[in-house]
Amino acid sequence: MSRPAVRVERHTRASRTALPAAAVVVAIAASVPLWGSSNLMKTAVSFLTLLALAQMWNLLAGYGGLLSVGQQAYVGLGAYALWALSERAGINPFLAVPLAGLIAAIIAVPTAALAFRLRGGYFAVGTWVIAEVYRLLVINISWLGGGSGVSITSVGRVDRGTREVVVYLLALAVATGAIAFAYVLLRSRRGLALTAIRDDETGAESLGVNVFRSKLWVYIISAFGCGVAGAVIYLNLLRIQPDAAFGLQWSALMIFTVVIGGIGTLEGPIIGTVIFFTLQQVLSDYGTWYLILFGAVAALIAVWAKRGIWGLLVRRWPVDLFPVRRRLCLETACFPEDDSAPSPAGDAEAGTIRQT
Amino acid sequence: MAWVNDIIQGILLGGLYALFAAGLSLIFGVMRLVNLAHGDLSLLAAYAALVIVGPLDINPFLSILAVMLLLAVFGYVLQRGLLNHALDAGPLPPILATFGLSVVIQNLLLEGFSADSKGLDAGRIEHQAITLSDQLAIGWFPLITTLTAVVVLLGLSLFLGRTRMGRAFRATSDNQQAAQLMGIDNRYLYGLAMAISLATVAIAGVFIGIRTTFSPSVGPARLIFAYESVIMGGLGSLWGTLVGGMLLGVAQTLGSHLSPGWGVLAGNLLFLAVLAFRPQGLFAKQVHE
Repeated sequence: MSRPAVRVERHTRASRTALPAAAVVVAIAASVPLWGSSNLMKTAVSFLTLLALAQMWNLLAGYGGLLSVGQQAYVGLGAYALWALSERAGINPFLAVPLAGLIAAIIAVPTAALAFRLRGGYFAVGTWVIAEVYRLLVINISWLGGGSGVSITSVGRVDRGTREVVVYLLALAVATGAIAFAYVLLRSRRGLALTAIRDDETGAESLGVNVFRSKLWVYIISAFGCGVAGAVIYLNLLRIQPDAAFGLQWSALMIFTVVIGGIGTLEGPIIGTVIFFTLQQVLSDYGTWYLILFGAVAALIAVWAKRGIWGLLVRRWPVDLFPVRRRLCLETACFPEDDSAPSPAGDAEAGTIRQT
Repeated sequence: MAWVNDIIQGILLGGLYALFAAGLSLIFGVMRLVNLAHGDLSLLAAYAALVIVGPLDINPFLSILAVMLLLAVFGYVLQRGLLNHALDAGPLPPILATFGLSVVIQNLLLEGFSADSKGLDAGRIEHQAITLSDQLAIGWFPLITTLTAVVVLLGLSLFLGRTRMGRAFRATSDNQQAAQLMGIDNRYLYGLAMAISLATVAIAGVFIGIRTTFSPSVGPARLIFAYESVIMGGLGSLWGTLVGGMLLGVAQTLGSHLSPGWGVLAGNLLFLAVLAFRPQGLFAKQVHE
């Protein structure tokens, strides 16, 4: 009696080359301060922070099934935490960045207790109201600078060149960290639970997944990520205005980026961010037309191509750069057979939230 | 006495919110659709009224019928062309699609009408009031707004409760598949529901435009007030929406009475408190999902 040799296969052919390739890309990106202009670095910071925000929203909505329209709360809270820590508490502003994320994560706990009472579309509006409450509280507290906002002046002590390099490297770390973290998380036991919840909440619960705890986890992680990204964004801008920091436009950017790129995949937010930045640069002379186009395309994709551009590409050329699923392999064959075509959520339901 | 006045003004403000939220309540009740573009659609109505009123030099009240027709047609086309497909695709796509639509409308209005504040001038009626005492006055315009809200809500509930078409709406709301089996064309019905919803938004948009100035960016803030009214009143309950709107209005006027910056915040906090202690809303119908 010998058991058939069974093993669980995680990697794909594409992913075995993709991971070293990603390492090379990150290494090249890390060398930008050696040869890039200060303008390039400033643009790169907004690119990288948007990428991080998009990954966080993707984790939240694409895997956790939590369609938040209120993540700007944590961008704003991260920004203000950075300001409070560096200007009021005298902590090194660069050191304050992770602490700002931590503060955002701590505030996310009671927030979740309230927001999780709503489901689906009403959860979306509820998170948005909560973000508004934080904005109005900040505006009404004069210690936090009130409606006109505050400036981060303590970094002025660091010379400009050094500051730009450090902010750029921080942004790179945040973006890479967001992707790497999401990748590791989704390959872990907890990630398997999340994927199960995304595919069928009731089914997951009946198999012993603690749905509430998993969702809470992913909400807190996302708040941390958005808080850190918010801190880096405003370390780049140096001036925080409550209406902008807590503005709905952060949600619009995150959501459209993920939806266009491909929700529920790790590749999607990367593609979405690239598309958004290209569009913004190309149409920069035409006012807000890039937003009109971006919003319209996102609406159409949300309805008719739910798996986004990445989904369309994969259907044509099956590759899986960040494999997070498991395949069962016998001696001769693996199941499912193709080692590519990622079907993260089952074909029909990719990236949808099921309500019970 | 100042407090009494605040409460009365708050109730009348709530009438405006209820008028605006009625359409949201209707489409949520009929097709469980959460429309994030509702606020921007009310602005679309206000700008449409502006375009009609300007060259004709008429009172904005006279433009309401035309704007209603315009938005109703837009709503029907939007529902049949986009949102019906979104509803078929699962619960997430409708929210994303209407969020995209919101950004599109907002920025199109910005491109077309600039970011400057505009207003609709309804003439003397805006400033006339019934004076009850030296501290208590009820403006004619807020009163007309609230009465309009009551008429619209009454009309909607009579339509839903007493007509053949209304019965089809309720049937679809209760069980879409069973209703389809009985020969109800839910795609057509949803188109009609959105048309009615946007017709009421048109009325609200013109009324809000007369009451305050507006610019393309205020849509999302309005949407929040509408949702707070609907959720506080209880999902799917039309009269609950009226009460929810009035509670919100009173919270806002009392809040601003304490400090000018606290009005909207007080409304939001009341909403969160209702959420914490009575998440199903105050007058919830049995919610079954």
